[in-house]
Amino acid sequence: MNLDMTTLVAILAMAVVTYLTRIAGLFVADRLVLTGRAKAAFDAIPPAVLVAVIAPTALTTGWAEAIAAAITAMVAFRLPLLGTVAVGVVAVVVLRNVI
Amino acid sequence: MDQASPFVSTPRRDIQAGLRDIAPVAVAALPIGLLFGAIAAAKGMSPLEVTLMSALVFAGGAQFAAIETWISPAPILTLAFATLLINARHVLMGASLTPKVRMSRVQTVLAYFFLTDEAWALSERRALERPVTGAYWFAMAVVLWANWTLSSTIGAILGSFLGDPERIGADFAFTALFIGLVAGFGKSRVTLVTVAVSAGVAALVHYFIGAPWHVASGALAGIAAAYLAAPEEARS
Repeated sequence: MNLDMTTLVAILAMAVVTYLTRIAGLFVADRLVLTGRAKAAFDAIPPAVLVAVIAPTALTTGWAEAIAAAITAMVAFRLPLLGTVAVGVVAVVVLRNVI
Repeated sequence: MDQASPFVSTPRRDIQAGLRDIAPVAVAALPIGLLFGAIAAAKGMSPLEVTLMSALVFAGGAQFAAIETWISPAPILTLAFATLLINARHVLMGASLTPKVRMSRVQTVLAYFFLTDEAWALSERRALERPVTGAYWFAMAVVLWANWTLSSTIGAILGSFLGDPERIGADFAFTALFIGLVAGFGKSRVTLVTVAVSAGVAALVHYFIGAPWHVASGALAGIAAAYLAAPEEARS
């Protein structure tokens, strides 16, 4: 169980930066009163961020991932979360073996 | 305490709801934690270092990005900056969630240590029907945090014994999970435009420029698209 000093400092730096991003929203929320298009933009934050994180894996990794992502998206509206994940994982394994 | 109606929120009910909502997320995150630990160990991190990183940083995207570019000695400023870029979305998430959370300021400052994409997405969904209480939040948060810290530690210890994660599709669980979470926001015209623009821009930026720039640029493009796609007097 070794703990490198530089690694520890790097981990602590990442932790502090991450925590600051987590609580920063708390202090700007008071000043955000939104209507109309601004509210639509604000409400779009969740799907926009989630999609941006996974887009490279889903779209530009390969055909197996792209098709599996499309299948997952189709069942996502009908199945609970865990079912959606199961379908996605099975689809990608099958497709990687087929393609 | 009392036989409350389904509309009354009690801590016990909220804890149950939190556990019920987070269970599928925790199951989906389990292979991702194992995967993270195994990759980190392969890059030369000790199990103790993996445990500390997962427990203190507790942000999958930033941790994977850090491990992807891991060298020894660790480039502290580079890692901190990449972490800031990837986690900048937390600011928007916290600002969006804060008016819907029923906790004191001090409680919220503590609670937001556990702010993750998943806990936030589930809370936003719950907030459509009722306020997010501390009982609901901490039930979710502690399960997800313990799950992530333990699974990545186990992954680091098992290391190469897991074999190739791609063979069992574990690497895709994260993607499938996020697709499921996005579907929870419905398929209104504005949402579909947001998703299409965000996905397109993120994929292009990742392809031509590289990580982690795709997260901020894709998200901002999607948000701008929603602004333009919404009518001037948008209802929501």
